[in-house]
Amino acid sequence: MNLSFRDKFSNFSFVLPALAIFSVFYLYPFFYTFVLSFQKYDLISNPQFVGFDNFREILFSGDPWWKNDWWSSMYNGAFITFWALTFQNILAFALALCVDKVIRLNKFYRVVFFILPVLSEIIIGLLMKQLLSGEPIGSDVLNRWLYSMGLGGLTGEWLGEETVRLVTALVHCWKGFGWAFIILLAGLQNIPEQLYEAARIDGANAWQTFYKVTVPLLLPVMALVFVLTILGTMQAFAMILALTGGAGGLTEVPVMRIYDHLRIRMAGLACAEGVVLGIILIFVSFTMLFISKKIREKYGVLPS
Amino acid sequence: MTAHKIFGAVAVCIGILCGGCAGTETADNGITLWHWMTDRDEAFQELADRYTEETGIPVKIKLFFPPGLYSQKVIAAARAGNLPEIFGILGEKKTLSSFIQAGHVENLTPRMNAQDAAWESRFYPETLAVVRFEEDNAYGVSRGIYGVPVDTTVLQFIYNTELMEEAGLDPDAPPKNYAQFIDAGQKARETLGIDGFICGWAEGWLLNALATEWAINIMGEEKFQATIAGEIAYTNPQWIEVFTLFEDLRESGILANNITTITNKEAEDAFARGNALFSFNGSWAVNVYRQLSPGMEYRFFALPQVSDDHPVKIWGGAGSAFMVNANSPLKAKASDFLEWLTEKEQQKYLVAETNNLPAVKMQRESLPVILRPLVDDLGALTHPNVWPYNEDSRVLEAMNRGLQQIVMGIKEPNEVAEKVQSIKDRVTEQ
Amino acid sequence: MYYRAKKVVTILLIHAFLFSVALSCIVPFLWMMNVSLKHPEEFQKGLIRKSRFSGQEQQELIDARVVREFEEDKAYLVWNVPNEKILRARLKKINYSYTKIQRVQKAWEGSRDFGLRPTATFRWENYRTVIVKYEFWRYFFNSLFYTFVTVTAIVIISSLSAYAFSRLQFPGKNLIFYMFLTAMMIPLPAGFVPVYVLLNKLHLVNRTGYVFAMTNMGLSLSIYLLKTFFDGLSRDLEDAARIDGCNKLQIWWHVGLPLVAPALAVVVIFNALNVWNEFVLASLMFTEESLMPLQVGLMEFSSRLVTQHTLIMAALTVATLPIILLYLKMQNQVVKGLTAGATVG
Repeated sequence: MNLSFRDKFSNFSFVLPALAIFSVFYLYPFFYTFVLSFQKYDLISNPQFVGFDNFREILFSGDPWWKNDWWSSMYNGAFITFWALTFQNILAFALALCVDKVIRLNKFYRVVFFILPVLSEIIIGLLMKQLLSGEPIGSDVLNRWLYSMGLGGLTGEWLGEETVRLVTALVHCWKGFGWAFIILLAGLQNIPEQLYEAARIDGANAWQTFYKVTVPLLLPVMALVFVLTILGTMQAFAMILALTGGAGGLTEVPVMRIYDHLRIRMAGLACAEGVVLGIILIFVSFTMLFISKKIREKYGVLPS
Repeated sequence: MTAHKIFGAVAVCIGILCGGCAGTETADNGITLWHWMTDRDEAFQELADRYTEETGIPVKIKLFFPPGLYSQKVIAAARAGNLPEIFGILGEKKTLSSFIQAGHVENLTPRMNAQDAAWESRFYPETLAVVRFEEDNAYGVSRGIYGVPVDTTVLQFIYNTELMEEAGLDPDAPPKNYAQFIDAGQKARETLGIDGFICGWAEGWLLNALATEWAINIMGEEKFQATIAGEIAYTNPQWIEVFTLFEDLRESGILANNITTITNKEAEDAFARGNALFSFNGSWAVNVYRQLSPGMEYRFFALPQVSDDHPVKIWGGAGSAFMVNANSPLKAKASDFLEWLTEKEQQKYLVAETNNLPAVKMQRESLPVILRPLVDDLGALTHPNVWPYNEDSRVLEAMNRGLQQIVMGIKEPNEVAEKVQSIKDRVTEQ
Repeated sequence: MYYRAKKVVTILLIHAFLFSVALSCIVPFLWMMNVSLKHPEEFQKGLIRKSRFSGQEQQELIDARVVREFEEDKAYLVWNVPNEKILRARLKKINYSYTKIQRVQKAWEGSRDFGLRPTATFRWENYRTVIVKYEFWRYFFNSLFYTFVTVTAIVIISSLSAYAFSRLQFPGKNLIFYMFLTAMMIPLPAGFVPVYVLLNKLHLVNRTGYVFAMTNMGLSLSIYLLKTFFDGLSRDLEDAARIDGCNKLQIWWHVGLPLVAPALAVVVIFNALNVWNEFVLASLMFTEESLMPLQVGLMEFSSRLVTQHTLIMAALTVATLPIILLYLKMQNQVVKGLTAGATVG
């Protein structure tokens, strides 16, 4: 189709506002991140070029380097992600299977399980802080509940040194399982009924049906949930900020470090950390997608 | 869809948006002052009114809260070139030096020195040191005095008199040395079941200040400075001794539960509720405790000494200082106002209203009773802002984090010392 | 029979499991609302009748700091004593019988509640304090304002370009579209840093900058969603409109937008929640307290009033309840909007 210049221009003007905002607030910052990551910049005086110093500091400072603050924050992030991948997703999967089975109340469950993802991380963090924090600041509410229900043996110092990391991970799972649940449930309900019928006719028992039909067909959805969980968890920090505020480094996650460094006006360092984390995340999520593709090929399921 | 309604709403919103960005108000021919100190706002307002009455020059005091937002506000205003005539700067001396180098802060030395340094000599030298830059300083700022301190804060130990008595200790004889301090704390725990010591150690600077005080007590100020200058290592036995003090504190069992998760604000609250015998806090706490628990009886006391070899120095200096905007046409008037603000009369009013220590020399008797013991110590003040060199923020971060980890029991003192030193080495290399 | 019983038991077990998880999602919020309606002393210490003491006794107890204050008409006893040992010591000082006070204390122990009991005081004043005194109405309307403006901007801008990507021809079309797509795929964990630095440089730190930055955050995804939706629609109606003499802009407004209404609902909900719940950028951007949105307000509020649990709960309820109600009202669209947002990315 041949268009006059006028037409071309008027057509183009439809995307102009989007393109303008996108260039200023995405493209420019995107490239600016790389520039800043090679600089030392305190937002007041002029930026200074420092070469790879920021990266060297993040990745290799400390003795041994893998124990420095950046890598321990990565470890904390990975720890929480591990729990989100296993506990949260298994829970979500179990719930999805159950809800798929029950006919009564299934809408009720769906509505309730998705309340938490709708609320903000700050709300969840502050609320759980009120419930969990112990004397002398908090009122130790959860422990008191446990006592009054006769479960005194389960009480503990939830936000104390030994448990705080695990508790933070569990709160994160609690907030996030609704996501995985909804996505997995949708996946389950997309599996055609005929396949189950066919399996039943072939004489497969419930366990075999699950193993031979449900799991392979759900694999693409699971892979998606896995990638989303990794990306979401490694980038989440507002909830942790509200819940523990970092707990002396025990629950400090990478993005929290970036945020804090920006707050104390070390913008260059913060950008370099962002670049490192971004690259790691891209690498991990592509690896995950690749692995899931391999598994799918092995199972002989068509990639979707 | 009623298109014009939506467009109308959008138009209104755009109107609000644009209205918001054009709002840089200045009092006519008057001075505007920005600060972040909620507790001192009313007193400042009152003084500003008095000044206007005396001189006819309008002074507008603007409070910005919370502090995090205030520092963003000042940075943004500096960039946009619409700082007010007078403003405070939150943060380390390094932040102040950035502002000076970017040309935002007026050098007040000529005024301070005029008439035999009449203005300069009003202040405690320790307080003024916070805004003073000496020749050849490490910040690369040219020599001068760049601000006007309006009050002085000191970090001190505090004890609850009543609880002291109830624990069977003499309320008039607070612990003098480290061993007595721990004994008293343990006694409080045993006899009363309360915590011996509470402090907002989720905030690293409170740990750092205490570590500094003990370090100076153990090794003397010279040696301490030498560490910062890089001549002595943090792995030096005397530094290990400092770090070990925190391990001992942990092992003695006098610390509040999860002390490293408690913020200063929370610690103040808990202390005011009688949950601990001792605390370590700034002189602003007088104000805070008065609000939280008006009837509580408490006193300040000096650092529990670890050694007798070196005198005790106390962490403190200008609580807040105001800077004059170098680019304002009204900067002379602004300096006039600050000079007036630091006259005895006005300082007396500020002290009485806010319970902070004054910035200018004043007789002990004109201070509130609770503050009097602190004044004796003003000669022994120390603060990073008055040191020739400041420790790099990365080293400080590592040290604060390390101290927290010692208190949590997940790191040994020498591990922390090694880690701090390794970061120090790298920083000096650069 | 055996088979049936087994089935019933399985179903029951499944429901028990589901129900316990559902409970864990609901109970904290019920607790939150319950506490938000309590008197602080009711929450901390429980209730006791003050008539247990005579006026003389009350005064003595106040002097001994066993009790901080007696409120006129409300029956709370305010213990200002950290623990029993100190209580004993103080009572001894005023020669007051410990056994006598122990009876009261037992009643007190029994009534300690920490939000476990339904509120007896119904203190709506907590809400008034939070909303009026601590100006939560302001935060609330700020959030509402940012959400409204941002979502409107996103809807208009993204539907314009989605329409163009789907229907119109211009050079570089595919390149630009793929650029938006790629932007959606790349995780930018520290994206807020350069944006903040940039806005600082542009002197756009308050409302304007925030709205622009948030608009940008939702743009790529919304364009993608709307474009795919446009692609699936037939062009008959648009052709008819063109024959009637409408220009492109009119077609977009009169024909395009109404047709993609279902997708627009998803876009609106996804972005509205995104802006409403955003914290990081908002906490960095604003330099005036009066402009802060709700999430930042909550954070500041809770660090300022650390131990005023009932007020914090009231503030949390103010922030939570409208969202939950709205969600319950339109839960189908919300679920669709949020999952679409996540899965496409």
